[in-house]
Amino acid sequence: MESFTPWSALAGGILIGLSATLLLLTTGRIAGISGIARGLLSGYSAKNAGDFAWRALFVVGLIGGAWLYYGFAEASGVVSVVPHARPGFPPLLLIVAGLAVGYGTALARGCTSGHGVCGLARLSPRSLAATLTFLVAGIAATWVVRHVLGVQ
Amino acid sequence: MMKTARYFASLAAGLVFGFGLALSGMTRPQKVLGFLDVAGQWDPSLMFVLGGAVVVATIAFRFVLRRAAPLFEPSFSLPTNRVIDAPLIGGALLFGIGWGIAGYCPGPAIAQLAAPNLETLYFLPAMIAGWWLYRATAGVERASSGRTGQAR
Repeated sequence: MESFTPWSALAGGILIGLSATLLLLTTGRIAGISGIARGLLSGYSAKNAGDFAWRALFVVGLIGGAWLYYGFAEASGVVSVVPHARPGFPPLLLIVAGLAVGYGTALARGCTSGHGVCGLARLSPRSLAATLTFLVAGIAATWVVRHVLGVQ
Repeated sequence: MMKTARYFASLAAGLVFGFGLALSGMTRPQKVLGFLDVAGQWDPSLMFVLGGAVVVATIAFRFVLRRAAPLFEPSFSLPTNRVIDAPLIGGALLFGIGWGIAGYCPGPAIAQLAAPNLETLYFLPAMIAGWWLYRATAGVERASSGRTGQAR
């Protein structure tokens, strides 16, 4: 069971909004994680060195930012914020879900950040449609996994 | 000079994003599923994360997009497609299903590398494989005809 944490959720959300603003203001790019990371699959070459570098640096920052937060939290004695594996959660479900998230975000050209945050902020009808769709699909899938299959 | 500033800004935006994501609790799949599980003990936190990010970005983007260009690039790289088509909805459905099964979207999945556990080992490679699969199939002609730098 998870308890409602409105303040840390709101503060975290505001930081995400500020990050998207910073990236747009400085580089003119949309802070869509799936698109940024997916672009790295083209690999590094002399021709796309600049493109590869900013994407890689953003991803390194993403990991580093989470790492910093866990460090601060642990130093102040809060360990519950660090993710841990769910005992008994089937690996097969994780693999199927990972494939679906990867292929789906590539096909839809965006995920929770690109469509959900930046797209909605730009009042894009595409992003609104995508966000409503993945929210409804997510609620349905969670219901099946938790209440039909009984996996927590 | 511009290049260095651009790279520094990307890293900084990534750091703020990752820190915010971890602070919001959304790097923990249980927290995400607590929101998607409307039939269980519902945790509205994710709505505060998305709400905070969207409100900040909506207001800030107005001001940023009044500029002729971003600070460190000659122009903005914004998606121009406004058509709600089958790939968008199908992709969002597939992404939502995967998200609802496991509780990871791409940002949190990558941020797991800050504190990896057994789930990271299954989900992250599967998600990247999903991206690869798309590139290897439908992505080819789209990528070559699409504009570059569509970071979504």
